[in-house]
Amino acid sequence: MSALNKFRETMRRDQVFDIVNKQDYSEVDTSHGQILYVEDVTVSFDGFKAINELNFYIEVGELRCMIGPNGAGKTTMMDIITGKTKPDKGSVWFGQNINLLKMTEPEIAQAGVGRKFQKPTVFEHHNIFENLEMAMAGNKGVWATYRAKLSSEQHDRIMSVMDTIGLTDNSTQRAGALSHGQKQWLEIGMLLMQNPRLLLVDEPVAGMTHQEMDKTGELLTSLAGEHSVVVVEHDMDFVRSIAKKVSVLHQGSILAEGTMDEVQNNQKVIEVYLGE
Amino acid sequence: MFKLLKGDRGGQVFLTLLTLAAILIPIFNLILPESSPFHVSTFTVTLLGKYLAFALLALSVDLVWGYMGILSLGHGAFFALGGYAMGMYLMLQIGDRGVYGNPDLPDFMVFLNWKEIPWFWHGFDNFWFAMVMVALVPGLLAFVFGALAFRSRVTGVYLSIITQALTYALLLAFFRNEMGFGGNNGLTDFKDILGFSLQSDNTRIALFVASAIALALGYLSCRSIVTSRLGRVAVAIRDSEDRVRFIGYRVDHIKLAIFTFSAVIAGVAGALYVPQVGIINPGEFSPIRSIELVIWVAIGGRTTLYGAVLGAFIVNYSKTYLTGVAPETWLFALGALFVFVTLYLPNGIVGLLKRKQA
Ligand SMILES: Nc1ncnc2c1ncn2[C@@H]1O[C@H](COP(=O)(O)OP(=O)(O)OP(=O)(O)O)[C@@H](O)[C@H]1O
Ligand SMILES: [Mg+2]
Repeated sequence: MSALNKFRETMRRDQVFDIVNKQDYSEVDTSHGQILYVEDVTVSFDGFKAINELNFYIEVGELRCMIGPNGAGKTTMMDIITGKTKPDKGSVWFGQNINLLKMTEPEIAQAGVGRKFQKPTVFEHHNIFENLEMAMAGNKGVWATYRAKLSSEQHDRIMSVMDTIGLTDNSTQRAGALSHGQKQWLEIGMLLMQNPRLLLVDEPVAGMTHQEMDKTGELLTSLAGEHSVVVVEHDMDFVRSIAKKVSVLHQGSILAEGTMDEVQNNQKVIEVYLGE
Repeated sequence: MFKLLKGDRGGQVFLTLLTLAAILIPIFNLILPESSPFHVSTFTVTLLGKYLAFALLALSVDLVWGYMGILSLGHGAFFALGGYAMGMYLMLQIGDRGVYGNPDLPDFMVFLNWKEIPWFWHGFDNFWFAMVMVALVPGLLAFVFGALAFRSRVTGVYLSIITQALTYALLLAFFRNEMGFGGNNGLTDFKDILGFSLQSDNTRIALFVASAIALALGYLSCRSIVTSRLGRVAVAIRDSEDRVRFIGYRVDHIKLAIFTFSAVIAGVAGALYVPQVGIINPGEFSPIRSIELVIWVAIGGRTTLYGAVLGAFIVNYSKTYLTGVAPETWLFALGALFVFVTLYLPNGIVGLLKRKQA
């Protein structure tokens, strides 16, 4: 069945010339002030609608927090934006000119969308420097990667990101030996190496101490402005400390949007979190 | 070259030993009289040459398994295809010296009452054409197979199983007489290579040295991959494929390139093996052969290239020894060795040596 679908997919007339009308990802057009447009997106798994008519927009340079109970669809939403899951319907645009639904995961990453997984995922057998080096923006084709030599600017760039994420002291330490919190930072650092315009950060403070949380909060707020940042988090104190605008996701759609105070006083939100 | 070996103690030792062997063994064989205690018999030279070909094969397995996490249980197929390409060249060198004395057709075709040589044998009378095929045929198969498998993201056990199926399918195909590769008996009774008799000591020595050179080049090329950023990304794919995709690499392309390269190396190993043992038959495609290769690498120590080489030598030496004294015990011994290594030496013999050193 899925093979048949795949076949149909590849045989569709408008897809045949994929190679010809390859989009130019180099410049994302944000002249209307928006960097991400998610419109009417629906995804179901075996009939269960994990995302249901989801609509939201992210502005250039914005720091947006997304909260919502377990299973609300937060991670699935990121899967859709980054190309891991294809929605049943709806549209997802990066700026006004880049249709993310037509692209593969690496293409989306190359276009400037960086993603941190819910479970911190770094390359455990490589050291911190190597983790950052591999993530660095640039030609990631097979041959170019084989021939890659580190220029001194690139070296400096890695060092400066290492500084940003506060891991300068142990650049040759294996990532597998880092603490949980440090892995989270390293993964954020790997996103930064890609020079992304948009960062999607799934539960960055899970398993962190309070001190680490504070540092992470500072890091994320400092990234906003130059980048647009979407943070999914359960920890309300953390969200309160960094958020300007909060979206509440519930059963696959946006339930409420506004400042933390507005959202917390919203009757529907209170019902979802306390009632039922 | 020296840059490649920086920090690679094991590799330095291995290449030094290999160079010494490539220089001294010919001298001990050709110059020292047979009465000398240091004389190396031609039989031994050929046996060592065979081990060198196996070591090259082990490298190719380690490259995809140790460094990229693809447990290929079908690498024997690439080895065998390289071997067959060489075997076809050698067959056509026999000319009218076969049992049936037919100058145009190999014996098995005469036996099958074929009137002319099949189209896919054309060109194999030319050595260089055959050498291109040695690399091209396994490379192309790996490319097509990999393109399908990696694109549809087949990984893990499923991938291992279909690599087994691949080599098994080839085994069945090559068994058939109609395929035109000598069926059950394979290709054998070779006479000479590039005009030199395969029976002569000089040719044997030349093949041995050629194998040593190929192994050294194979080692250096694998080393140049694993020390490059591409090699680091390959290891990253092994450890977390999704993460690699989300930082912008085409995982399928990288897997395909390295898998194909590895298959070419395996093919070259097969081509070096065949003239030294004098036969290639479908048995080389048998699934158990491919599993054996993986065991060599596991025993030597995967993710260290010299570990793969060491494993190939140790296991094959043991095999030669055991099949001499108690042939029926070999498979049990191999199984036991594998279980022992998996349980107690997860990083193989090299892991043990490293631990001792630390
Ligand atoms: N691949 C999948 N197949 C089937 N169901 C899925 C799949 N991915 C997600 N789901 C379901 O979709 C719903 C939304 O999951 P999602 O992971 O997006 O939630 P979440 O908001 O990230 O939750 P959490 O806060 O626990 O991380 C869940 O009910 C989940 O079980
Ligand atoms: Mg989640």
